[in-house]
Amino acid sequence: MKTQRCKGTRDLSPGEMAVFRLIEGTFRDACRKWGYEEVRTPTLEYLHLFTSVGTLTPGMLGRVYSFLDWDGWSGERVVLRPDGTIPVARLYIDSLEKEKLAKLFYVANTFIFEATGEKTRERWQCGAEMIGVSSPSADVELVMLALEVLQRLQIDGVKLKMSHAGLIRALLARLGLSSEEQARVFDRILDGDGKELAELGLDRTKLETLSALLGLKGKSSTFVKGLKALLAPDLAGLQPGIDDLVSVAELLESLGADYQIDLASVRDFEYYTGAIFQIFRGKDKIGGGGRYDALIPLMGGRDTPASGVALYLDRLMGLVKPEALTQVEAPKVLVRAKPEVSKEGFSLVARLHKAGYRAEFNLGAQSRADFGWTLDVQSQAPKFILTDRAEKKFEARTISEVLKLLAK
Amino acid sequence: MFHERDIPIQVAIGNYDLGICGSDWIEELMVKYPSSALMKVGSLGYGQSALYVAVSAAEGISTVEAVRQRSGVVRIASEYPNLAEQFALNLRLRRFGVFPLWGAAEAYPPESADLALVCGTKEGLADCGLVPLSRVLGVSACLVANRNSWESKDMKEVVASIYDEAMSQEAESEIVQPYSGRRPRKSKIFPSGADGDIVRLALPDGHQQSPTFDLLSKAGISLDDYPSPTGNRRPATDLAGVAVKVIRPQDMPLQVASGNFDLAVTGRDWLREHLCQFPTSPVKELVDLKSGRVRIVAVVSNDMPVADASDLAKFSAGRTAPLRVASEYINIADKYARDNHLGSYRVVPTWGATEAFLPEDADLLIENTETGGTIARHNLKIIDTLFESTACLIGRRRRVTNAVKRERIDAIIQALQTGVKLN
Repeated sequence: MKTQRCKGTRDLSPGEMAVFRLIEGTFRDACRKWGYEEVRTPTLEYLHLFTSVGTLTPGMLGRVYSFLDWDGWSGERVVLRPDGTIPVARLYIDSLEKEKLAKLFYVANTFIFEATGEKTRERWQCGAEMIGVSSPSADVELVMLALEVLQRLQIDGVKLKMSHAGLIRALLARLGLSSEEQARVFDRILDGDGKELAELGLDRTKLETLSALLGLKGKSSTFVKGLKALLAPDLAGLQPGIDDLVSVAELLESLGADYQIDLASVRDFEYYTGAIFQIFRGKDKIGGGGRYDALIPLMGGRDTPASGVALYLDRLMGLVKPEALTQVEAPKVLVRAKPEVSKEGFSLVARLHKAGYRAEFNLGAQSRADFGWTLDVQSQAPKFILTDRAEKKFEARTISEVLKLLAK
Repeated sequence: MFHERDIPIQVAIGNYDLGICGSDWIEELMVKYPSSALMKVGSLGYGQSALYVAVSAAEGISTVEAVRQRSGVVRIASEYPNLAEQFALNLRLRRFGVFPLWGAAEAYPPESADLALVCGTKEGLADCGLVPLSRVLGVSACLVANRNSWESKDMKEVVASIYDEAMSQEAESEIVQPYSGRRPRKSKIFPSGADGDIVRLALPDGHQQSPTFDLLSKAGISLDDYPSPTGNRRPATDLAGVAVKVIRPQDMPLQVASGNFDLAVTGRDWLREHLCQFPTSPVKELVDLKSGRVRIVAVVSNDMPVADASDLAKFSAGRTAPLRVASEYINIADKYARDNHLGSYRVVPTWGATEAFLPEDADLLIENTETGGTIARHNLKIIDTLFESTACLIGRRRRVTNAVKRERIDAIIQALQTGVKLN
């Protein structure tokens, strides 16, 4: 039969859903332990939230699902949210602005068109946002939170790449590009067209300097300090970015986190202003985040610093090992009752649920092998017969006796 | 033979292997649907026109940057809504609204839109009182192909002959400049915004002009230069405090809903189309002008074994391919298909000459007809009548707060009601 599922979407089967919930649960638990509170924003938002400079790049905006709502006669469009951070920033401005510090997290789907339909167009992410603090410690806390979740999910071989949006912008400014050129080059880098910078018609020297800087890669805060020396002759404008990157790198280093500095490793989100993190496993990017101090004022809120991190749930699902899923759970009980005692059968199922057991009413279609116990309900004594996997039988007169037998 | 705007869509969905149309309509489709099967084979010689984003000369600005600095919603009017949206996104306009139009975009700035994305030449734009801010695209005639056909069929010969023909004609043909030969517009400023006491009235262009003029005369409303032989879209009127603009009747309900006009003379079909898309729109019918009576009907080929809507649902359920519904009224057609449980269906938008779509390129038409004559001549039959449409005056549901303006609107409504009785 022909599949009727929409191109670029996926179904999650019961087995996949168990993995999904495991990741979600691990993330929620870690967030709550770090003091974050959960929020949920609507799937529909106004397009204009995402269109101004400093929010999403044109490459991303060209792929959003936007349309006119049933009352969209003014021509203003709505979108299926293409990003998790911007709606949370909006929520903060709308209702939480009085709070000095808002530590928020969410598990949400985002929608971005992908032409081949081979990758999913609906993506799930686990995100955490820290709004109200501007310090390297805040950025590092978010990284540690993400790494803790991955560690608890037993996903190893994780690599962290770091860059700094403020530093890149300062470099572009120092190359003498006009503000329009700076924006264009930055968009190109974000959209992953770094190699096609040549098309922008910059002069050769500028292009070479830029390519060299973007090509730099290093593994320690010492590397950043070296970078500082390299750029020393004209540090004006670059100092804050470099110092910030050094602070974050040193702190991560002291915590034993393994990272690489790669200035060109920024993607998609134009709202970043400071340190940017990307989390990789092999070639797969499984998460990312960074500081976005300008976003909230840009969206009409007060001048409020913020940073965030997100883990890509769809990518993580392929990395969770089966053994991470095995949890110690009480065996399931199948309750079998003849029609004349089905009422007793159903109340027994309810009692078992109340006592913490997973129990099902027999519909004749369940497989015996899925159950640790079967429990036959009879109209005559013995009222209940409990059978274990080894076909060993136990008799009981009351439900309390059944519960006692199960507890053994 | 189709309207030019239909060609890229027809080729993309695979009804045709090849087509010739302006690159403007190709880009309009491809910018929204980059992974469609539409493929640009090549240009057939360049025209002199281009797509420009233009602003009214009265605004006194000359760069797109000046537009970007504005606060509030930037209104962009265009027959090319997809390209207009792309332009706005690339320019990083914070808030914008795109008004998709059937035509006459050049008449919208400055009062009814801030920007217009129009096809023309710089001279032509100047004739309409517009200044180009950005050249979006050069426009030329192009050969397009369906990608799947191109890969599976050998079309070398037919393509070569199309090219030969195009090259030999190019030397003789004169480039048509859409807006040339019109007299420069008088720079009369039409009031904008819902405030103030001026009533903004939209009148139809095209074949509805004469009946509208007759009715207005009988209502005691006189107009200078309407219908205009030179294409003037701002005729003068003797009504005090009323400004008149001539636009497409299809575009009027949306324009009234968004507050660019207070009153408009359009057809009930276009009002219904608008309300099917936007059920909570504030637009309503104020006066039935009782002219231009047509029926909106569902039409199939005489060869289709279907007599009514319930037959159609059975027919649709019994086939694997989706039912293709072609219509100028895409939202009415969509609602008709939903209400009649047509199952798997697709609405194919058309821009006129819809009869030509049956039976090869569509299975069902939602179409207007006066006498049914054209439908019968095309070997088609009417299986359902959706509703009857006449010309009507439309306005907004909400009460006008400005007392002077309210009196003026009431006076026009009364005059038209009198005119209808005399007509």
